[in-house]
Amino acid sequence: MASMIVRNFSFAVKTRRSLFLGRAIVRTYASAPSPHALVYLEHRGGQLDSGSLSAVTAATQLGGQVTGLVVGSPEEVPGVVEKAKSLKGLTTLLHSSSPSYAHPLPEIVAPLLQKLLSSSQPYTHVVSAHSSSAKSLLPRVAAQLDVPALSDVTSVSHESDSNTTTFTRPIYAGNAVATVRAPSSLPVKFFTVRTTAFAAAPSDSSSSVEVKSLDPVQAASPTEHISLSLTTSSRPELSTAARVVSGGRALKNAETFEKTIYPLADLLGAAVGASRAAVDAGYCDNSLQVGQTGKVVAPELYMAIGISGAIQHLAGMKDSKMIVAVNKDPEAPIFQVADVGLVADLYEAVPQIIEKMKE
Amino acid sequence: MRPSAVRLLNVLVPIKRTIDYAVKIRVNPQQTGVDTNVKHSMNPFDEIAVEEAVRLREKLKDQVKSIKVVTIGPPKAADTLRTALAMGADSGIHVEVPESAPAPEPLGVAKALRAVIEREKEKGGVDLVIMGKQAIDDDAGQTGQMLAGIMGWAQATFASKLVVDTGKNEATVTREIDGGLEEVRCKLPAVVTTDLRLNEPRYASLPNIMKAKKKPIEKVSPSDLGVNLTPIFETIKVTEPPKRTGGQKVESVDELVARLKQAGIAAVKS
Repeated sequence: MASMIVRNFSFAVKTRRSLFLGRAIVRTYASAPSPHALVYLEHRGGQLDSGSLSAVTAATQLGGQVTGLVVGSPEEVPGVVEKAKSLKGLTTLLHSSSPSYAHPLPEIVAPLLQKLLSSSQPYTHVVSAHSSSAKSLLPRVAAQLDVPALSDVTSVSHESDSNTTTFTRPIYAGNAVATVRAPSSLPVKFFTVRTTAFAAAPSDSSSSVEVKSLDPVQAASPTEHISLSLTTSSRPELSTAARVVSGGRALKNAETFEKTIYPLADLLGAAVGASRAAVDAGYCDNSLQVGQTGKVVAPELYMAIGISGAIQHLAGMKDSKMIVAVNKDPEAPIFQVADVGLVADLYEAVPQIIEKMKE
Repeated sequence: MRPSAVRLLNVLVPIKRTIDYAVKIRVNPQQTGVDTNVKHSMNPFDEIAVEEAVRLREKLKDQVKSIKVVTIGPPKAADTLRTALAMGADSGIHVEVPESAPAPEPLGVAKALRAVIEREKEKGGVDLVIMGKQAIDDDAGQTGQMLAGIMGWAQATFASKLVVDTGKNEATVTREIDGGLEEVRCKLPAVVTTDLRLNEPRYASLPNIMKAKKKPIEKVSPSDLGVNLTPIFETIKVTEPPKRTGGQKVESVDELVARLKQAGIAAVKS
């Protein structure tokens, strides 16, 4: 018995040593690559999306090189590249233009990303904003490369020693936060970032970014773009506005929604948001919906007018700095998260607020 | 020359059993996950997917040959399949995983769905996959795109309107995108993921619930399909989100405005 233990012990020692040696050899030949992130930069109307600026910030937090990628039509790309090349944190900027990229459907852009990621250039991470177009594209490409992806991450840190990356992300409509680690065996780590959790990367005219053009990859797409209808508004963009005034079901109809919410929003220079109930009832456009299934906002001020505060709505706004709620129902869950809550009829209170804010 | 036969659609609807959307979830004390000893139901986006498949049949009649629902989940997920059958699906496939198994990742689910689609080939194949845009538990929103990617199929995410033309073998989809709407046309086979505004799911009637009990559910295991559902990402812990110190009420509009001004919030125009 005793000898067996001894034998086992010596065996264990041997194994440990050989493992150690093996590891040392591996280290010499292929030490963990320093992180190199590829950020998919989105743009519209010649402007970089603010969400992509947050994605650049998240990418820089990995602590390695950051390459941006701009894809679009030959008319758009030069202007966007001009703006993107001064982004602080970028080390390289790739751009690819083709008339077929004018409407960058996932089926059209995926082959380009696939080619880029399969080439010798060792990208360790692929990053984008958690926007509707990147949400459609990144998982498609990840699966084609047989790697998983993470959505809507709120923090990221890379451990170079172990070549692992640790993320946090909200689950269950933000009612829990999962801390997740991507193992070193995962060659490319795909993730989309919650843009309200990362500051926008600033521009720095002195930065020297290497700009390279990339040949487009033409592939037959089973999908074609037909039309686009965008909601135009002179108000700030909802997901990045510093102030948001949102209306709920209590607004009764589209007309009163407009008459009540818009003047207050305009007075404060705020974007207009809405609860799902208000959107479903047709009081305003779908794109204004705040919540788990709509936009996630984290403004300096969030005013919830006639919104009860269902879990799904709170998921989209509870990281706001200051939450102000006006609701008739003193039991409305919104009051549990509001910094300033007023139990009142909104039709009386809102005009008064407008009046008094003007003073 | 023979007239080209109208394509008969075989629709596959992947569904997931999740904690009911109205349940206030609680993180367990071990910080390994959330308390799952609560009411479960079909993921709301998947209900919309089932409804859309059933409406497609109501519109296209015999052109829809089959509506199959598939779920990958523990034994109890069979209830979710029955719900979908009661809504009007024809048959179910249950890829059963042990209750204790870790939740599969979207990539694993997509591969399992690919294997299901491969198996369906001899039974006429799959022309259209309609599925939820995200599950309300992991909030990943990836499975549809991943499935389309590994199949090399067309994809239309966040659909708020779906029109299928079996003669042309294509689907026209209105998608909800940031800032508005986009219309795309996909060649079939395609994967469509549903947004909330696609439709209003029906309630299953009692007779339909009774009928659903007789509809076939095929049980398979991940190993039958040759897929490994072990997650690649390691969940280190699950925690409560930071609590807000809200909950303060004011008595009057004056007080509310005073608090706003105190916080440095002023009107930008008068």
